[in-house]
Amino acid sequence: MELSIDRQRELEALCLRFRREVLTAIHKAQSGHPGGSLSVCEILTLLYQHRMHISSPDDPERDRLVLCKGHAAPMLYRNLIEKGFLPADCMDTLRQLGSSLQGHPSIHTPGVDMPSGPLGIGLAAAQGMALGLRMNGSKARVYAVLGDGELDEGAVWEAADSAPKFRLDNLCAVVDYNKVQLDGTIDEIMPLRDLEAKWRDFGWHVIRCDGHDLRALNKAFDGAEAFKGGPTVIIADTVKGKGVSFMEGQAGWHGKAIDDANYEKAMTELGGVN
Amino acid sequence: MGKSIRDVYGETLAELGAEYPDIVVLDADLSGSTKSKVFGQRYPERFFNMGIAESDMVSCAAGLASVGKIPFANTFTVFLTTLGLIAARAQVCYGEMNVKLAGAYCGMSDALDGATHHATEDIAFMRVLPNMQVIVPSDATSTRWATRYAAEHRGPVYLRLSRSEYPDLYPQGTAFEAGKGKIVREGGDAVVFAIGIMVHKALQAADMLQAEGISLRVVDLLSVKPIDRDLIVRCARETGAVVCAEEHQITGGAGSAVAEVLAWAGVGAPTEFVGIQDTFTETGKYDDLLKKYGLDADSVAGAVRKAIARK
Repeated sequence: MELSIDRQRELEALCLRFRREVLTAIHKAQSGHPGGSLSVCEILTLLYQHRMHISSPDDPERDRLVLCKGHAAPMLYRNLIEKGFLPADCMDTLRQLGSSLQGHPSIHTPGVDMPSGPLGIGLAAAQGMALGLRMNGSKARVYAVLGDGELDEGAVWEAADSAPKFRLDNLCAVVDYNKVQLDGTIDEIMPLRDLEAKWRDFGWHVIRCDGHDLRALNKAFDGAEAFKGGPTVIIADTVKGKGVSFMEGQAGWHGKAIDDANYEKAMTELGGVN
Repeated sequence: MGKSIRDVYGETLAELGAEYPDIVVLDADLSGSTKSKVFGQRYPERFFNMGIAESDMVSCAAGLASVGKIPFANTFTVFLTTLGLIAARAQVCYGEMNVKLAGAYCGMSDALDGATHHATEDIAFMRVLPNMQVIVPSDATSTRWATRYAAEHRGPVYLRLSRSEYPDLYPQGTAFEAGKGKIVREGGDAVVFAIGIMVHKALQAADMLQAEGISLRVVDLLSVKPIDRDLIVRCARETGAVVCAEEHQITGGAGSAVAEVLAWAGVGAPTEFVGIQDTFTETGKYDDLLKKYGLDADSVAGAVRKAIARK
């Protein structure tokens, strides 16, 4: 899918704005997951704002996305707002009682295709969607966005085993490979070893790319779409907390509320207070 | 003897396949045992063997349901409701997905495989889940109804099935209703609220007690969730002595559900619980296990006598 220089610039500007607004919402809620929301920004934004075909949240022909790493919900919500599925001012209600923006995605949020939050089980559900859509004769594609810490969960590898068996070339998994999980770095907590080889051994078409480079990501998704006969996984190298220097690569910012001073600093780095 | 519940389920599911093109069936490498294979042989393009991966199976079912399919996920009851539980909770029930979970070997019906393969906590796991319905058939006719009901009801349903043969109880064509139990024997001195195999044990107990001049009413609950509050309250009030009988731990299952109703209604009838007494079971022949763990007609009759004595 073509990505013109102009469109790339627009999407980059959108990503910067989404980063600001997501941190603003997490700051206001005094709760949420800044690190993983920032690392997955380009992945979700490119998919929702450029590639995925979704005319409305209930169009049966729409492309689907399961945010397996459900804690990055604020970045998903900001994208759904941009699509017009949620009111523009609802980011203010993140994690509040009665809000449609639950701490982790709920089926009642327009644009959410599958609830998520408990790690490990999203890929298998995305596989079911892909199977069903193929049976329905639909051309829709299904995306499953996983965290790297999430790959500790055995359930991921059950689905990694079965999706290639069903030759689901309408399924694309993306690993937001930011190298940091809650308690520390991936290498400290549970090393993933050779991630590309692992997925390849399970029968996946593997593409590796820079997960913050929209052009590289776009090319990777082109590759996934062109590949026939089985599912593709894009291992997207990212930086946890990307865009805010003091959050980058820091496990401490996985699920930490942002105090006023750090919020001001982050906003300055991201180009001004909203 | 009647028919094996799993056989009736398997045949019924395959029949429903013709009527409902959206039904898809998943199994976790036990389709020969769960009898989902009957469907698989008839509709191979709508049958998915997920391998020994229960979590994958239930999540996949949720995904299939989200795009309009009616998935039936099958495996042994104990694995379905434990290894499949997070997906059942977070995707099927929280996501309001139209998924049917069919637990093939409830209670101790997989007798010789022992405690690891006995499902004695599954009702507790399933009935606490918001949006989940829990149906427990007690013979061939009610199994046919339950399977059809699961296909036709829009929303999560848990079917508690058995490896065992149950005697016939209901004539073909009997009308059932979701959330409604049935009085299968009239009586005025006490009532047994039973599910599954225990309905038959309670009927045997009623025969035994009749010789002693005790008139026992037997209710087949059929549905643990939603549960038939009106029938439970009425029968408890009319008889004044209650026994709950289930092939399940006495905590958290159908008996607990009945007790919740009685407490809520303020019915102070003495209540006895026939079930597995907070212990793990063991290997043995099915009938021997039912006897050893207090799930035979004698045990039900003993509980009825106790309940009546406490009136």
